[in-house]
Amino acid sequence: MTDRPVLQTPEERESYLNAGHSLRSWFLTTDHKRIAILYLVSITFFFFVAASAAALIRLDLLTPQGDLLTNEGYNRAFTLHGVMMVWFFLIPSIPSTFGNFLIPLMIGARDVAFPRLNLVSWYIYIVGGLFTLTALVLGGVDTGWTFYTPYSTMFANGAVLWVVAGITIVGFSSILTGLNFIVTIHKLRAPGMTWGRLPIFCWSHYATSLILVLATPVLAITLILLAAERLFRLGIFDPSIGGDPLLFQHLFWFYSHPAVYIMILPAMGVVTELVTAGARRRIFGYWFVACASIAIAAIGFLVWGHHMFVSGQSMYAGAIFSFLSLAVAVPSAVKVYNWTATLYKGELALDPPLLFAMAFIGLFTFGGLSGLMLALLAIDVHVHDTYFVVAHFHYIMVGGAVSGFLGAVHFWWPKMTGRMYSLTWGRISAGLIFFGFNLTFFPQYLLGYLGMPRRYHVYPPEFQPLNVLSSAGASILAVAYLLPLVYLVYSLRNGRPAGPNPWGASGLEWKTASPPPTHNFDETPVVGGPAYDYPQPAAAGHG
Amino acid sequence: MNDFFRMWPAQASAHAVRVDQLFIAFSALIVALAAPVFILMAVFAIRYRRGVDADRSRAPVRGVWIETGWAIIPFLLTLAFFVYSSWLYFQTGRPPPGALTIDVVAKQWMWKFEHPGGQREIDELHVPSGEAVKLVMTSQDVIHSLFLPALRLKQDVLPGRYTTLWFNADKPGTYALRCTQFCGFDHAVMGGRFIVMRPADYAHWLQQAGTDGSLAQQGFELFRRLGCSGCHGPDSTHRAPKLEGLYGRPVPLDGGRVTVADDQYLRDSILYPARDVAAGYAPIMPTFAGQVSESDLIRLVAYLKSIGDQAEEARR
Amino acid sequence: MADYVTLREPYAAPAQQREADFMGMYVFLGTEAMLFGGLFALVFGYRSLHPQAVALAARHMQLWIATANTGILLTSSLLVALAVHVARKGARRATGGFLLAALSLGLAFLVLKAIEYGIDYRDGLMPLVGPASPLRHTSAALFIDLYFVATGLHALHLTIGLAVLAWTAAVVLGRRKRLPDQAVVVEMSGLYWHFVDVVWVFAFPIFYLARN
Repeated sequence: MTDRPVLQTPEERESYLNAGHSLRSWFLTTDHKRIAILYLVSITFFFFVAASAAALIRLDLLTPQGDLLTNEGYNRAFTLHGVMMVWFFLIPSIPSTFGNFLIPLMIGARDVAFPRLNLVSWYIYIVGGLFTLTALVLGGVDTGWTFYTPYSTMFANGAVLWVVAGITIVGFSSILTGLNFIVTIHKLRAPGMTWGRLPIFCWSHYATSLILVLATPVLAITLILLAAERLFRLGIFDPSIGGDPLLFQHLFWFYSHPAVYIMILPAMGVVTELVTAGARRRIFGYWFVACASIAIAAIGFLVWGHHMFVSGQSMYAGAIFSFLSLAVAVPSAVKVYNWTATLYKGELALDPPLLFAMAFIGLFTFGGLSGLMLALLAIDVHVHDTYFVVAHFHYIMVGGAVSGFLGAVHFWWPKMTGRMYSLTWGRISAGLIFFGFNLTFFPQYLLGYLGMPRRYHVYPPEFQPLNVLSSAGASILAVAYLLPLVYLVYSLRNGRPAGPNPWGASGLEWKTASPPPTHNFDETPVVGGPAYDYPQPAAAGHG
Repeated sequence: MNDFFRMWPAQASAHAVRVDQLFIAFSALIVALAAPVFILMAVFAIRYRRGVDADRSRAPVRGVWIETGWAIIPFLLTLAFFVYSSWLYFQTGRPPPGALTIDVVAKQWMWKFEHPGGQREIDELHVPSGEAVKLVMTSQDVIHSLFLPALRLKQDVLPGRYTTLWFNADKPGTYALRCTQFCGFDHAVMGGRFIVMRPADYAHWLQQAGTDGSLAQQGFELFRRLGCSGCHGPDSTHRAPKLEGLYGRPVPLDGGRVTVADDQYLRDSILYPARDVAAGYAPIMPTFAGQVSESDLIRLVAYLKSIGDQAEEARR
Repeated sequence: MADYVTLREPYAAPAQQREADFMGMYVFLGTEAMLFGGLFALVFGYRSLHPQAVALAARHMQLWIATANTGILLTSSLLVALAVHVARKGARRATGGFLLAALSLGLAFLVLKAIEYGIDYRDGLMPLVGPASPLRHTSAALFIDLYFVATGLHALHLTIGLAVLAWTAAVVLGRRKRLPDQAVVVEMSGLYWHFVDVVWVFAFPIFYLARN
């Protein structure tokens, strides 16, 4: 690393960032990259709102008596946390920011298929988000993000109707984003970019988009029925006239289980990019990994009943769902093993992107395996609705999806902003997050097996030591999540200008400037080779 | 529930022991499947660090056999656990006949338990050790869930429906009893003690607990007071189905279907008589919805169960 | 002949844009199918749980109005299909005419629907308002409620469809969209209207013909 050419700062060169500085040019943009930045800022906002609710919860749980919040306050806090995290952070996080920014670049297109619809999606998201947040904060809802009937339809006080309306609104943002991605990937690939040459990031987002368009409408109808029942006092879920509250659960989980794959598949796509770039190796088993994404999406539609093993559902249905839930782990396992095999004989750079990817692999594997535990009927009967489940899904969603999101931020930051950040601070972040995360959530597995139910404002005193450990971990996580905000924002003015390809990664997005020009490529690229076309490491023999 | 820092929940039944064994065995499998990933990642991070000299020749990019292998083999291994776990689960869903039946009514925010002899408890459940106990449960309002961690069992409790949970607790002691389906304001304090007693102690407790008569006896009082015998009694002028010997029998319904006269059917017939009318009878039974509470329904059903058995014995 | 085709960002060729438009519309209609599909699945669930109550409830519905409406909607779909056909040939006035005819039939549907709801109100079938029929306290009420949700949701989609047809007729007749180059506008509107029709074709037997 000797003399390098002094690169222009991003401000000096024409790019999507400085093509217009007015508010109008940002808020009426149809450029997928600007829309991605709009999403990035908004989801970060909602993340910290939802995380604050979590902070309140963990503070309250330091003591068994729950002296920080009232009953009502605590129940509202965990509902706010769940609703905001699921619909306003996790589901849009990677697709709406990185999917939007990168898919056209990765396939060699100038934009997505329906750029104006893309902007409309963002506005729907903002309207839905602010509406829901206002309802949660000013009105308050305590049903949990799962809204089980008849509690939510006939007994809960509070702003259930408003929150449900807000979530229905934001559902349309999801649907339109998924629609856009599907058509984009089908119709706008550059010459030579066949399906077999698509980056796995695109395959993962394609699979995610299939779930977005097929599952989200079922959520819409579920929430419409919930709202109608509350508003018009219908009896669809009212047992006293023959309604069945279990039907609500079936309808709700039919969407909400695939929804969790919406949350994880994009992160898996990110991890493939980070691992291949970090190891400078082609992905091991490209077609297995690509098809695994589709398989996860497909089988994911068939397992919803595993949320209902003790609900009063038939035992035979339980057995079928248990079997299918074990089956859905197979494609995920294939991915994990393939990522590990990709690291074999690679040239590993232990920079933040690869570190976040490795954190993902570790935490997701552990969380996913606890999911297998939950798929086993006799064990689930014991740990269902306890902190064991809370630990499981936080391992996947926070340890997995959030690590994937942060890894994506750390990888594509130079591409999006034209600036490099401090790699040392990035590594510290990754390590702190890994440590803080395990300290927060591992004790919760123990708490769950010991019998501490979830959604408990107060708890028996023997659970206190583990709760204290968990809250201590949460405080570390809080710092760890705030850190990137600091050094990343700092890099916007003071970071070294990054060239087109600071990581030496493959992929069409790295073949254009950082930040890219508004129309992405000066000339439409023509693709001649497979994805992850890294040269074989210098040694005798062929690959 | 006695140690301050407990690492493992108490085991109060053979089933609990089996669940724990399953859990530990499966954890071992999980570790075996995951450990290679963790170890190899660490090893590769050191061995193949960029700039470090190592043999990187012939780095593989595909391997259909190994891929198929690590997809199928772990799955087959988990299937073995699936089979055992499902077997255990089905066991918990099949109470043996003649189990001691305790009725449970959940409401915001308390648990009411009623022993067959009419003894009542709130937020505490006493059971005898060493025999099968069946809980027949319903909710008065929202969905609750009865969780007995020492037994490794829980079951959602639904409004308008009976759900069951059975167990055979073999270790006397005091354990936790908790609600574990979010049910509103005081969900976190809806619970109490689950007390397993040696049979002699349980019998003694039953005597001390005081009762207004067994559930079946109280049910008979209600049966008369509500006027059920007016149509269902032997001297009735209205044509109504005979209730002796009905419990547990198949019932042909109007419209060709056949159902079984279980707790749910009896309860629904009292509350919504027009819903499933017995074949050959006119739908003239009035509804008692609003006149009978869940507790009353438990007693009426207990009574109908008792005359179901008596008719059975009379027949022999 | 593509003089007036406006190539939008990011398309490179008219055929590519057209294929993308069609694909987008089909995917969107797929999402709508899942919306109504979820609802209809629930209805089938209730039909198997409470067959008697469902049959009773269905007998209280206005079969003749619904049958007339089915005929009206099917005819309107035919007119829209004709509009697409002549739009592809460039016949501006014929296209506008067919669209407006379909629009009037759609309005007729809504008028009959309003009359039907009026009768339902009078019969006490509506939740919360009006005289309460004894049916409302039995499980028949479940089916009636689902009927209101389904037909209400359908009417909402139909109203949106009417707005779409009106807008399409306006831009075609007002020459803001040139035929046949920009016939895709008519084709897209046509697809949406056909979907609204298809939903009714499912809803009609599921609700009104459940009477035995």
